[in-house]
Amino acid sequence: MKKLTILLALFITNIVSAQTFTLPSLSYAYNALEPTIDSVTMRIHHSKHHQAYVTNLNKALGATNTKSLAEILAGVSSQPAVVRNNAGGHYNHTLFWEILSPTPIKTPSAELLSQITKQYTSLDSLQKMITVSGTGLFGSGWVWLIVTPTNELKITTTVNQDNPLMDLVTDKGTPILAIDVWEHAYYLKYQNKRADYLKNIWKVIDWKAVSEKYTATLKK
Amino acid sequence: MSFELPKLPYAYDALEPHIDARTMEIHHSKHHQAYTTNLNAAIAGTDLEGKTIEEILKVCKDKPAVRNNGGGFWNHNLFWEVMAPNAGGQPTGELATAIDTAFGSFDAFKEEFAKAGATRFGSGWAWLCVEEGKLVVCSTANQDNPLMGEGCTGTAILAMDVWEHAYYLNYQNRRPDYINAFFNVINWAVVAEKFVAAK
Repeated sequence: MKKLTILLALFITNIVSAQTFTLPSLSYAYNALEPTIDSVTMRIHHSKHHQAYVTNLNKALGATNTKSLAEILAGVSSQPAVVRNNAGGHYNHTLFWEILSPTPIKTPSAELLSQITKQYTSLDSLQKMITVSGTGLFGSGWVWLIVTPTNELKITTTVNQDNPLMDLVTDKGTPILAIDVWEHAYYLKYQNKRADYLKNIWKVIDWKAVSEKYTATLKK
Repeated sequence: MSFELPKLPYAYDALEPHIDARTMEIHHSKHHQAYTTNLNAAIAGTDLEGKTIEEILKVCKDKPAVRNNGGGFWNHNLFWEVMAPNAGGQPTGELATAIDTAFGSFDAFKEEFAKAGATRFGSGWAWLCVEEGKLVVCSTANQDNPLMGEGCTGTAILAMDVWEHAYYLNYQNRRPDYINAFFNVINWAVVAEKFVAAK
């Protein structure tokens, strides 16, 4: 009887700590980022692409998974490709939606702006460098602004759904800004003109959200 | 002598409804044109200038601009060639026999080829190749191809583009629907000629 109670307790603990991931709701409507990002793109991107990453991640991990998304990404080199691709897809899109806004604050916090100015001269030149990096990434992937382990800012790109939190990437750090350069992020509106998409996206990037992530990262 | 964008042997709207005219136009006149232009720029003034595209692809692995644009140039050339209006169906003759031998049946081949395209994560291509006389299916990332030693080691005789730009305007996230439709535009007569030449 005692053995059974222990088994039951273990079983319940497992249920309680099991991790199932869910698609986050957007804090704005699909058409809220028009005309920079069109409503059809937003709807398919969120409700189809992002949803598929979430569904496939849960399927790949099974009901017994207890790891958080951060833990999965930090040890992704020992996971199968299906986990790498879908865990990355889930994390990357979640961050992407968070730093976009129909009413974006166009200036970073004093703290972040001072670091940007120190490293990149101005916000404008940082944005231009990110745009160039994103345009130059061949194939599908992401361009990032990360905080490195030594608290420096760094622009980096990753292929497919990889990200800077993964143990297998070269440039590791905490992402505070993410821009999706998969063709599905812009093709319906911009087609082959990725550079135009990247030039325009600054109109909907919320530096308040980016700044909050910067502050939170420094505090860690 | 620089590389030139090949003309299509059919109109942009000729593959409708399987591949829409707008996708064909942008794919050919913008994407393929950009690979061609950028390839010429990447080899200009280097020892690769004047070489054939096949020679270039064999030695481009460590030169990203040549690899990406040379691959893009060659892959799309083959892609346009193996498609046609009023095509699809099944191959006949020697190629049909070789498909049965390698995969068990035409349907089994279709399934394997479709899977190669559907499971290629990100951008890339699915291939049917001849390796030492036998048919094999594989896929490659981005604009890599078997001539570079990527994917299959053989000679490619059928290519399917699974970059999102190949299908997004018409199919959006539904890549498997595009792949199903692609089977309706495969020009098996051309693939069969390539098979005979390669084996």
